[in-house]
Amino acid sequence: MHDVTKVAIVGSGPAGLTCAGDLARMGYRVTVFESLHSTGGVLRYGIPEFRLPKAILDFEVESIKSLGVEVKVNALIGGSYTLEDLFKEGYKAVFIGTGAGLPYFMGVKGENLNGVYSANEFLTRVNLLKAYEFPEYDTPVKIGKKIAVIGAGNVSMDCARVSLRLGAEESWIVYRRSDAEMPARAEEIENAKEEGVKFSLLTLPVEVLSDGKSGVRALRCIKMKLGEPDQSGRKRPVPIEGSEFDMDIDTVIVAIGQGPNPLLPRKTPDLKVTSHGNIVADPQTGKTSIEGVYAGGDIATGAATVIEAMGAGKRAARAIDQYIKKL
Amino acid sequence: MAYKILEKEELAPGIKQYDIHAPRVAEKFKPGQFLVIRLHEKGERIPLTIAMADARAGSVRIVFQEMGKTTFELGAMNKGDSIMDVLGPLGVPTEIKKYGLVAGVAGGVGAAPLLPILKALKETGNRVITILGSRTKDLLIFRRELEKVSSELIITTDDGTAGEKGFVTFPLKRIIEGKNKPDAVWAIGPLIMMKNICNVTRNDGVRTFVSLNPIMLDGTGMCGCCRVTVGGHVKFSCVDGPEFDGLMVDFDEIIVRNRRFLEQERISYEKYKNSL
Repeated sequence: MHDVTKVAIVGSGPAGLTCAGDLARMGYRVTVFESLHSTGGVLRYGIPEFRLPKAILDFEVESIKSLGVEVKVNALIGGSYTLEDLFKEGYKAVFIGTGAGLPYFMGVKGENLNGVYSANEFLTRVNLLKAYEFPEYDTPVKIGKKIAVIGAGNVSMDCARVSLRLGAEESWIVYRRSDAEMPARAEEIENAKEEGVKFSLLTLPVEVLSDGKSGVRALRCIKMKLGEPDQSGRKRPVPIEGSEFDMDIDTVIVAIGQGPNPLLPRKTPDLKVTSHGNIVADPQTGKTSIEGVYAGGDIATGAATVIEAMGAGKRAARAIDQYIKKL
Repeated sequence: MAYKILEKEELAPGIKQYDIHAPRVAEKFKPGQFLVIRLHEKGERIPLTIAMADARAGSVRIVFQEMGKTTFELGAMNKGDSIMDVLGPLGVPTEIKKYGLVAGVAGGVGAAPLLPILKALKETGNRVITILGSRTKDLLIFRRELEKVSSELIITTDDGTAGEKGFVTFPLKRIIEGKNKPDAVWAIGPLIMMKNICNVTRNDGVRTFVSLNPIMLDGTGMCGCCRVTVGGHVKFSCVDGPEFDGLMVDFDEIIVRNRRFLEQERISYEKYKNSL
C-alpha cells in the first residue's frame, strides 16, 4: 500500500520541489500544485537568469518529474481547490510550501507613483514573463535611467543588477543601516559592486517625489547614524536631523521583504497562523495544527533563503513518511 | 493542459462572450470573483471578470471588451481554440446577505460581473433596482438578464439612443433622493463611472461597493502590482478585493496607475495590428 499512497505538495518552489522529490524517491505518488503557469516559484520568478539559469531549473524540475511526480500548474490551493478537497481526493498528507507573499512597502508619500515597483513585481515581469524581450513577449517593464533599490538583501542586489542589465545608467542600493548590517550575502554584494551598482548607506527614504506627470522625479532621503542596538541586536539607525537630501532618481524598486501569502490560511480557518500570518509549523517536522498537513519554507519561517526552504522540505518529507506509515 | 473555448458570441461591437472549459474554476466560482488568463507562451497575464459559471458543464463565461493587444488577440480566437492558462477563481467573493433594497449600477462591460452578484442578492431576498448605462444603444449588454433579476431596470445612454439620455449617476441620484433610499449600492464599470457614483452616494452615506480592475501579474498576492489605497491603507486588489468600499477608494490614484504602461501597450498593439 506504501507505493500507492498519494501526497499533495502546495507550491513548486524550493521547499515544495525538494519535498516532492524526496517523497517520490520513498515511493509515494506525489502531485505538486502550482498557482502560476510555470514551476519553480521564487527560483523562476525571483532569481534572475544570470544567477540561476532557467535551463538548470528546468533540468531539476524534469528530473523530479521523471521520478513520477505529477505537476499541476494554474492550480491554486485556496482558490480552485481547498485543503479539504485534497484529502477528499485521496491525498493522505499535504505539504504547504507557498512561500512569501505580499510585498512590504515603506509607507512613505509617493510610493504608489507610477515609477515605483515592488521587487516581486519588477523581477516577475523580467524573469517569469520575459519583459526583457518586449514587445516579442507581451509583458512590458519600464526602466528609467536612474534606479534606487530600497533595501540591501539578496533580492535587492538582484534588482539592482537586473536594472543595469536592462539599460539603466545608474543603479543604487539605498539602505538605512551601514555596510556591516547589510543582510545580503557578501558574495552577492561583491558581485553587485563589480557590476557597477552604487551604494547609498545610512540613508532612509522619506518620500518619493513626483515629476508632476505621475512618474518619479527624485527620492527624498534623510541621513542616518547608528545608535544603540535594537531587538535584532543590530545598531538602530537614527535619523540625523536636518540632513534631508534628494537623490536624482526616476525609478524606485522597493525590496524590503514580504509577508506570508494570505490565501491558503484565510480559506483554512483551522490552520494556525502567527500574528504575522505565518503558518505555525514545528521547525523539526513541519507539522501544523491540522493532522496530516505540514508546512515549510518562507510561509512558515518568514522570508529566508532557498537553502533553508529546501531543508524544511527535506525534513517535512521524512516526517510525512513517518506519519503515513503510522496510519 | 489548455482551456478550450466552448462557445463564442459577440454581444456588441467589440464586446465578446466566451464559455471556457475550466471545471475547477466553474466549481468554485462565487459572485464577485475573477480569473487571470495567459493566451500563449509569449502572452501577458491579464485579469478578466466572470459573468457566469456552470459547474455541471465545467465552464465559465467571460465577457471582455477589445481594448489592447491581448484582448484583440483573444477576440480573434474561435470556438474550439484553446487558451493556454486560466487561473481562478480569484479574489474575495461578494458578501451576499439580506441588505434590503439594493441598487446595481453597471457601466458598459461592468454588466457582466454585476449580473451574478445581483442574481445572488435577489435570491437572498433583496429587492434589486438596476441601472444599466453605456455610451450608445449598441453597447448595452445583458439587458434581458438584468431585467430578470431586477424589480426595475433603468437604461441610460450618453447619446440618448436608448433609455434616458445621460449618465448612470442621474437615475441613481433620483432614487436616493426619492422615497426608497437603497440600503446598498453595487457599482461596476469604468473607474471614472465608479468614482462619480461614489460622489453621489457619499452625500447620503449609502454603502457603496465597487469592483476594481487594476493591472495584475500573478493575481495571488505575490507581486503587489495591483495595490490600491483604500481608506488611507495599501490594499491588494487580488487578495483583499477586487470589491472594496467605494467611499474609501482613492480613485484618482488607481486611474493614474492603470496608465502605467500606456506607451508600451500602444507599441504592443501596433505591432500586433501590423502582423495581421
